[in-house]
Amino acid sequence: MSKAGLIEQERFTCAIGAMQTVVAIPRAVPILHSGPGCGEMVAGFFERSTGYAGGCTSPCTNFSEKEVVFGGINRLREIIKNTYKVLDTDLQVVLTGCTAGIVGDDVDSLVAEFVKEGKPIVSVETAGFKASNYEAHSLVVNAIIDQYVSRFESENKPKSQKNTVNLIASIPYQDPFWKGNLTEYKRLLAGIGLKANVLFGPESAGVKEWQSIPQAGFNILVSPWYGKEIADHLKEKYEQDYTWFRHIPIGANQTEAFLTQVLEFAIQQGAEIDEEAAKTFIRHESRAYYEEIENLASFLLEFRYGLPNHVHIFHDAGYVVALSKFLLHEVGIVPKEQFITDGTPEKYHDPIRSDLQSTSNKKIIPLYFEPDAGKAQDILRKIHHKGRGLIIGSGWDKELAKEKGYDFLSAAIPSPYRLILTTNYAGFTGGLRLIEDIYHMVLSTYA
Amino acid sequence: MEWCQVSKINLALPEVQIREIRINSITGYQGDAEKLVEASRQGLRDKERSFSQCLGCATSKAACMTVLIQDAAVISHGPVGCSSCLHDFAFTYRVNAPLRGLDRPTPRRIYSTNLKEKDTVYGGNIKLANTIREVYERTQANAIFVLTTCAAGIIGDDVESVCQEAEDELGIPVIAIFCEGFKSKVWTTGFDAAYHAIARKLIQKPRQCRKDLINVINFWGSDIFSEWFEPFGAKPNYITPYSTVNTLRYASEAAATIQACSTLGSYLGAVLEQEFGVPEIPAAPPYGIAQTDRWFRALGKVLGKEEIAKKMIAEKKKKYLPQIEALREELKGKTAYVTAGAAHGHALLSVLGELGIKACGAAIFHHDPIYDSRREENDQLAQRVSDYGNVVNFNVCNKQEFELVNALNRIRPDILIARHGGMTLWGAKLGIPSLLIGDEHFAMGYEGLVQYGERLLEALENDEFVKNLGKHAINPYTKWWLEQAPDYFLKGGADR
Repeated sequence: MSKAGLIEQERFTCAIGAMQTVVAIPRAVPILHSGPGCGEMVAGFFERSTGYAGGCTSPCTNFSEKEVVFGGINRLREIIKNTYKVLDTDLQVVLTGCTAGIVGDDVDSLVAEFVKEGKPIVSVETAGFKASNYEAHSLVVNAIIDQYVSRFESENKPKSQKNTVNLIASIPYQDPFWKGNLTEYKRLLAGIGLKANVLFGPESAGVKEWQSIPQAGFNILVSPWYGKEIADHLKEKYEQDYTWFRHIPIGANQTEAFLTQVLEFAIQQGAEIDEEAAKTFIRHESRAYYEEIENLASFLLEFRYGLPNHVHIFHDAGYVVALSKFLLHEVGIVPKEQFITDGTPEKYHDPIRSDLQSTSNKKIIPLYFEPDAGKAQDILRKIHHKGRGLIIGSGWDKELAKEKGYDFLSAAIPSPYRLILTTNYAGFTGGLRLIEDIYHMVLSTYA
Repeated sequence: MEWCQVSKINLALPEVQIREIRINSITGYQGDAEKLVEASRQGLRDKERSFSQCLGCATSKAACMTVLIQDAAVISHGPVGCSSCLHDFAFTYRVNAPLRGLDRPTPRRIYSTNLKEKDTVYGGNIKLANTIREVYERTQANAIFVLTTCAAGIIGDDVESVCQEAEDELGIPVIAIFCEGFKSKVWTTGFDAAYHAIARKLIQKPRQCRKDLINVINFWGSDIFSEWFEPFGAKPNYITPYSTVNTLRYASEAAATIQACSTLGSYLGAVLEQEFGVPEIPAAPPYGIAQTDRWFRALGKVLGKEEIAKKMIAEKKKKYLPQIEALREELKGKTAYVTAGAAHGHALLSVLGELGIKACGAAIFHHDPIYDSRREENDQLAQRVSDYGNVVNFNVCNKQEFELVNALNRIRPDILIARHGGMTLWGAKLGIPSLLIGDEHFAMGYEGLVQYGERLLEALENDEFVKNLGKHAINPYTKWWLEQAPDYFLKGGADR
């Protein structure tokens, strides 16, 4: 962190950026009680992220001087009332910005008026100065659980479905591969006999699925730190235990480890699993994966015109650890200095460090926690290793890669250099796709 | 009206007066263009809405007029979210650099003071002072701009004093720009805020008058003006994107100022004229033949080179009029709907008028009854109405998507013409060919009409994509809403 606490080249946004958590729920709408620019900033940060009713569609009170001076509650009441007339939605989540936070509008009481009328509406405090969007993702999800999901508990008895799990993993839009990753997790978990509520994106059944959250027998957390508060909250509220996999499983080693961990946990939790069938599924996936790696090995070992031999990653903790492990063991690219740019809270630094260090008992992988990515870049600017370097990061890092003469793969936001639709990097197939992406980019330098 | 005569420019004050007070701008109107022009002369009253969607604010507009200055750094004094869309300007800078002959565009230096909760309690002055110092150490920038945000504004940080102290310490201009989102309902106030600060703290009194230099207030469009100014023995001084701190400083020495868009440059053009003696040419930007004639004549007059202007007009018309006429034939009978910020939207309506396309409506973000120059000749909508006739279904929409969707669904034009990101989506979702041209100079002048007409034909012809999307797109708007009048939630409409 810089002395001043400043941030150059933002890789995440503020709490109200968690409006994308709402946008990712099918047919849900965020209602912003905020200044007029917040929605534009969020849309501009994530790009191509309108979903059903995000972006310019999301209602907003657009605070003016009048609301700052006199409060904005009446304005908000009017906007919510008319949202029901204009937009056809299943869930409304009111998110407050800095203006509402500082002037102290009592949004909860107002929203309670609409709840009394039976409206599926929730409010959550997301003033930008309070948290980052990584943190606010949990605030939003927990608010929906407490204020909406809890209304349906009688028809969704806690832990009544032993083979159903709630998956807490990718943060929608902040993880550019969220859609693909969630789809792949769902497929993999189905392969070992579990039905996963992924909660976001096209593989989620929308509010019906959210209502069924209590039924899950247990939960799965795939994250180094973000989203942990959701898993903790569900444990407290519905006594759902969770199994915690601390980075994104990319490639065969990590995906096997992930599925094995989940499998063991599921059996402990009393899920009805055909263990042999589950193991057969994992073996089958793994075999298909290694068939590709074997075909590829000769290319990786014999291509004589130069391939990257080391990598630096600018990403969130989940990707930095996962990509380092994957690239070292399954591709042969050595992870050198790594940069975690997500503003990881201090208490998680040590476990993340040891997770990364467990990648190798021969190599030290220097790790920097640096949300000020401009500073992180300055550190890398002074570092040189032999051979051809690769940088994996956001659009900001392309200029640095160019400056250093390194290869560059865009895999973090914000990035104007890549469009990601339903691609996944998680899972066996995600590892293969990442290999394709790296070498497609490398080979395209030969012309 | 008295308000439209008196200049409201006062560089002694740190903050610019917001547009709705300074030039009586409004954000809500439903009617036709002719009546709006008439009403503008008599004093307009704004109308509020009882429903609204995410709008956009001044801070990113101030940012886009400072981030692209070659040798400056920009600090957003606020929580990290208040600068999170600015990466886009870094991309723009890089991609469009060749248009201005910049071979090695440098990375943009954009910072957030990253205000946290404790700063909202104890104040962010020290954090800002430290940030300015650190940014200077990192960048050695020739100027540092500090943009304010809602949070910084409400907690009452003394940004002006902190910047002044930093300037004294560092010996470079450290310039506060007051652009809190809640201050103005008209986001283009952000342009004014940036220009006000630049004029106040950066632009110097002229050392000389340079007959060979013409200020062009614009965004990052193509360089058409080098060629246009060459016969006049002048070259463009593009401000502020791609300028340097020094070229900005001496914009006061130019022979004249022109604008690509009066909504953008209204304030800076007037300041350069009133405070630094650089005349702004008394003509709206050159869109459509009639206005291009007037514009070249006005430019010639200001430069004392009327004969050259006359010759240029004649030569260019000889070359392009036959092509324009041919395009009119091909476009005959087509209808278009325009959505854009104010002056550029009016300009596009003129272009349509010239090409013989019927403008069947417009959703224009706001309306400035008069610009800061206080000259009626600069009113592009008045010019459009007098040159090509009225525009029906003229809606001042404050970038409210729900009104646009309602109107488009009702009017179903042959093509939607948009200027701002996010707005073409709804044309496409309704199966209507949609065209967005990012380069603000694209349709300018006689040759621009040809270029633009060709693009229109291309968009109209290649409608397979939008037709297919239209069949499958999901619509979150209720059936009820689509059946109401677009001004239902506007004061005076059915809900109010």
